[in-house]
Amino acid sequence: MGLETLLAEKLKDTVLLSKMDAVINWGRSNSLWPAPFGTACCAIEMMSLFANKYDLARFGAEVLRFSPRQADLMLVSGRISIKMMPVLSTIWRQMPEPKWCISMGACACSGGMFNTYTLVQGVDQFIPVDVYIPGCPPRPEVVLDALMEIQKKVRGEKLLDRLHGE
Amino acid sequence: MNIMNQAKFDKIDPIALKEEREKSLRTVSDQNGEHMIVNLGPQHPSTHGTLHNILELNGETVVKATPVIGYLHTGFEKLGEHLDYHQFITVTDRMNYLSSMNNNIGFAIAVEELAEVEVPPRAQLLRVILSEMSRIGDHLACVGLQAMDVGAFSVFLWCWKWREKMYDIFEHTTGARLTTSFARIGGLAKDIPEGFEQMATEFVENVARVLDETELMISRNRIFIDRSQGIGILEKEIACSYGVTGPVLRASGVPYDVRKAHPYSGYETFDFEIPTEPDGDSYARYKLRLAEMRQSLRIIQQGMERLPDVQGPVIADDFKMVLPPKDNVYNNMEELIHHFKIVMRTHGPKIPVREFYSSTEVPNGELGWYIISDGGMFPYRIRTRSPSFYNYQVFPYMLEGHMIPDVPAILSTLNVIAGELDR
Amino acid sequence: MQEPTNDMVLNLLQETFNDRILKTEVVRNQLQIEVIGTHVYELIKFLKDDERCDFSYLVDIGGVDFLKNGDGPERFGVIYILQNMNNYLRIIIRTYISEEDLEIDSLTPLYLAANWAEREVYDMFGISFKGHPDLRRILMPDDYEGHPLRKDYPLQGRGERENFSRYEYYEPSKV
Repeated sequence: MGLETLLAEKLKDTVLLSKMDAVINWGRSNSLWPAPFGTACCAIEMMSLFANKYDLARFGAEVLRFSPRQADLMLVSGRISIKMMPVLSTIWRQMPEPKWCISMGACACSGGMFNTYTLVQGVDQFIPVDVYIPGCPPRPEVVLDALMEIQKKVRGEKLLDRLHGE
Repeated sequence: MNIMNQAKFDKIDPIALKEEREKSLRTVSDQNGEHMIVNLGPQHPSTHGTLHNILELNGETVVKATPVIGYLHTGFEKLGEHLDYHQFITVTDRMNYLSSMNNNIGFAIAVEELAEVEVPPRAQLLRVILSEMSRIGDHLACVGLQAMDVGAFSVFLWCWKWREKMYDIFEHTTGARLTTSFARIGGLAKDIPEGFEQMATEFVENVARVLDETELMISRNRIFIDRSQGIGILEKEIACSYGVTGPVLRASGVPYDVRKAHPYSGYETFDFEIPTEPDGDSYARYKLRLAEMRQSLRIIQQGMERLPDVQGPVIADDFKMVLPPKDNVYNNMEELIHHFKIVMRTHGPKIPVREFYSSTEVPNGELGWYIISDGGMFPYRIRTRSPSFYNYQVFPYMLEGHMIPDVPAILSTLNVIAGELDR
Repeated sequence: MQEPTNDMVLNLLQETFNDRILKTEVVRNQLQIEVIGTHVYELIKFLKDDERCDFSYLVDIGGVDFLKNGDGPERFGVIYILQNMNNYLRIIIRTYISEEDLEIDSLTPLYLAANWAEREVYDMFGISFKGHPDLRRILMPDDYEGHPLRKDYPLQGRGERENFSRYEYYEPSKV
């Protein structure tokens, strides 16, 4: 009689054995609360993402939190000017750990077609970005894909890593 | 000139009226003592992008609002001096991303007027149909967001469903959902694909139904009426002095529409009306957008009826100025040479040395382009008269004296697009 | 009442302002006139208040830098577009300002719309408007140096987008 059978016999269905990491990450990855930082064209596609056709609720991420203190996934969508960048980095710093960031669209990733005096050429110079989405603007399907990438990343994390600082 | 009814202006000095109102608000607040300053935005769910308002509050009442703009300043006008006329079309998409088709077509018309390019009739007709579809899409989003800002979420979903159908039509036609870049100087990029007629007919029928449903749902809804009637009143004298255009101006009772006042693309041959509302409040702007969508549906219907009879090319054959169609460029020596001549830096299209202002009616109002050409390949200066810039300037006036929850409710009726506001 | 036409407005202006108008032209039925910068307020006030013209609507104000073009008598230009709201006639007024004396009368006593439009011209070209109630930068941050739409300003800027104050709030007290 192995240990597993003994435990199953004694505890029946009342206890589920798993790794701490797996349980917490499972919960986190399926209830990501996005803080949408929508500024330009990509924000309109982001609205499509939350509306009926693409429906982000299927991935457990429909709870839009406009207060950064309640969110754990930042969606930077749209071009960021040098006047806006301090606001964005402030909001990023206000978000509690653990937090992830998606940079949506060419402008947020690299400045895109606007190589001008006022645009930040990529938000990753200022905040850490987990997933980049190309496109001008990207289709909602790609954003769904990026969300799934984030979920994959969350599931692979180790709690102690985050505790000790990566 | 075919203008239905002229607005009667009273002899009021708008500047004096504005100052008087500001003065009365200030005196009330001074008696009560202290004020509170609240920053609304630049990142706030109800600011629709990147608007920032510094509100001075007396209790719950806004006594002074100072908008801060420029958070999305992209440098379109500077960029325009470094791109040639054909390249700039892709930039106009990003200026108003809620109705980018109108912006493409507006810029193409501005360059055509500057360079005196004749557009073939089929391209003109298609431009009318596509820009009216885009107008419907824009107004649908605006009505949906207005309802959402006062708490009716399902209207947004219904409206957005049909905006998605508009995306489907655009994707089928142009290859892109949002940033279409479909207009070319001298016509359109290509002809409409197979199946367009059917999709358009379906769109027209269903949008008419959605408009009825929306009207049934919120036009007589107590909460919606309480939140919008008598809120954010804009008198027509003030509106005109502020340079307000589009639905906001027409909801104040001024029947100014560029499609009637300075007709372009053959709008003078269509049978449609310019709806106006006398009240100038948020409810009037909502009613007006619905009425305008019905007129746009009429225009699309008329256009679709005419479409089979109007055949021919969709781009002018003036290839010294216009990019030739892609099929011919790949298969034809002469067109290939024309293409290179236009695209190459040292040649480029020949545009006469002159300055010209031309404007089109986009969903938000009058989109004007003042283009200065020095005869070269690049425009010397492109000045954009964007409707949101002037429409948003009036926002503090509409706001002052109202409560804090009215701020988003008024803002969403203006339909301010930050990309166009800050350029 | 008789509605204004291009010819009528042109005649009226030439009667009233004769030699102060530098140039007039009609481009594709659009009346464009050039005046000296110091007279522009007077001219626009006449166009607005005169009952025969009645240009009660300010469409736009824009600035131009003629540095490379060199066809203007001075370096900077300001363009005003006015419209009559009865028959929607448009008129375009161009003025020139020299680089040394970057000042022109503000239109804010005439049109409410001039407020932000002039602030934008100030922000982008550095032209200041005499009598403007609130002449601040509008699109660029307050601590920005330079005027981006001038022709000698590079498209990519002068390093502002790398070296801006990245953690500074926009203080409401500054407004």
